[in-house]
Amino acid sequence: MKILLQQIITGISIGSIYALIASGYALVYSLLDFSNWAHGEVCMLGAYVCFMATQVDAIPFWLACVIGIGGAAVISFLNERVAYRRIRNNGSPNMFLMIAAMGLSTTYQNLANVIWKSKFKQLPKLFKVGTININGIFIGKTDLLCLVLSAIALVILLLLINKTKFGLHVRAVACSSRTAGLLGIKIDRVIAMVFLLAGALAGLAGITYGMKYNIYPTMGNVGLKAFIASVIGGLGSVPGAIAGAVLLGLIETVVSGYISSGLRDLISFCLLIVILLVRPSGLFGVDVQEKA
Amino acid sequence: MLNSFQEGVLVICCVNMIAVLGMSVLTGFTRLFSFGNAGFMSIGAYAAAICSVQFKLPFVLSVLIGAAIAGIVSYILGSLTIRLRGDYFLISCLGFGECVRVLFNYTKDITGGANGYSNIPYKTTGVVAVISTVLAFVIAWNFIHSRYGQALTAIRENEMAAAANGINVVRYKKMSFVFSAIYAGWAGGLYAHYLRFITPTLFNLGKSSELVITTVLGGLGSLTGSVLGTLIVQILPEIFRSMSEYRMLFYGIAVVLVILLRPNGLCGYWEFSLTRLVQKIRNIGKKTAKENSHE
Repeated sequence: MKILLQQIITGISIGSIYALIASGYALVYSLLDFSNWAHGEVCMLGAYVCFMATQVDAIPFWLACVIGIGGAAVISFLNERVAYRRIRNNGSPNMFLMIAAMGLSTTYQNLANVIWKSKFKQLPKLFKVGTININGIFIGKTDLLCLVLSAIALVILLLLINKTKFGLHVRAVACSSRTAGLLGIKIDRVIAMVFLLAGALAGLAGITYGMKYNIYPTMGNVGLKAFIASVIGGLGSVPGAIAGAVLLGLIETVVSGYISSGLRDLISFCLLIVILLVRPSGLFGVDVQEKA
Repeated sequence: MLNSFQEGVLVICCVNMIAVLGMSVLTGFTRLFSFGNAGFMSIGAYAAAICSVQFKLPFVLSVLIGAAIAGIVSYILGSLTIRLRGDYFLISCLGFGECVRVLFNYTKDITGGANGYSNIPYKTTGVVAVISTVLAFVIAWNFIHSRYGQALTAIRENEMAAAANGINVVRYKKMSFVFSAIYAGWAGGLYAHYLRFITPTLFNLGKSSELVITTVLGGLGSLTGSVLGTLIVQILPEIFRSMSEYRMLFYGIAVVLVILLRPNGLCGYWEFSLTRLVQKIRNIGKKTAKENSHE
């Protein structure tokens, strides 16, 4: 029982990292109707930027984190500005956005491989003792920190989307970008802001992932898991993505704990296919009105 | 004639060309994207390898069996997923490819797991590879220019109009999906008999996206474009051997640039044609003859 409880907490903590990335997928999908494959790589680059900042002695760790988050946001923004916006204005089919994103993802992954080599990098450890002991249940402090940071970020995101004027604009564009444009919303600006926001979340995810494990050029593949999570929750729905991510994190830790860690990925991918076949709109079955 | 290094480049190039031709029929002529074709390649490779090592079947038969099994699996998968919308279909293929890889890693008794499957006889020589590629190209060319191929092109141009004209969209899409999987399985079988040693990681997501990248670079809707694309993607890095670590980086950048500047790829819908070339040369000859006669 204690082990199960421990694993549930680990699962939720991994799920919270997935949730940060998955909500970025969902935001972009709700606006542009395409899956931004380069998102996982934005997360990886954010982690590397943070790592580079920690190498400079004058910068304290919290500032390095902020720099990493900012870096990821800027990269995500540049993706939109340089590549996606042009393709949208060309009037090309949505498929081309996806191919461009795939090209960007390949580019970033190999760029990281060339610049930083494939060696694992580590962010400094924040805690001397790794775990807290509550009645025999051991909880990793990094896990808890991840959970708290992600929870705060996600709450801020949800508030931003549901309570502010900017959020209203985002929801309007998600509903129908043409109508929103006619009503005087600057669509390109809203989309750019959303990419900044998604990039910042991905950067935070990269840094927390880096604190828990390591930083390496192919760590952007965690984006794939987050993508599965956003499909489970329903593409284009932020609350769905968060719920899907936590669910996926739980399933993964329980499977690797009780069945086999080799089967973990198999089960998540099978889950993806089954969800697509049975309920393509995701568990939360969002319809158009509820997007974003 | 060729030393072993050059023959190796030739075989790898041919194997990839077969897989890319299959991809081209699927993506270029139906606009369905599949990130799971490396999965079909690995099914073909493992099936062919097991056939020729365990059951001592002849080479040609084991490659055929490999391709057939890949085709059957794709038929089952296609029956389930082909109705999904474009990006959902792509995601399900991606999931399938990864499932195959993880599964082959897990079934240690049959496939050798992550340690790989070894002792496959060396059968794919340069000659075999070239003959296979020519055969693959001829079949694909005839398929595209048949009634079926025209139906696929109609679906690409406008799915609804094609359906209104009595084309069974789902059936034709599935047909092109199975076609591409059979080609991938074929390529995988040849690949296994060239390398003599295969591991599941050879056929990862990176391999799938390499196939897609090659197809996009060559041109969506042109078989000769796919041939050109494969030649560029496979042979350029061999020439610039010292820059091999930058290879995928360049391709990533190239894909982004191609999509931004020339969305239909290097060749677009344009097919290289020998008769047209001959005609052009003849026309030039006629022109000069006319000019001469005027003088």
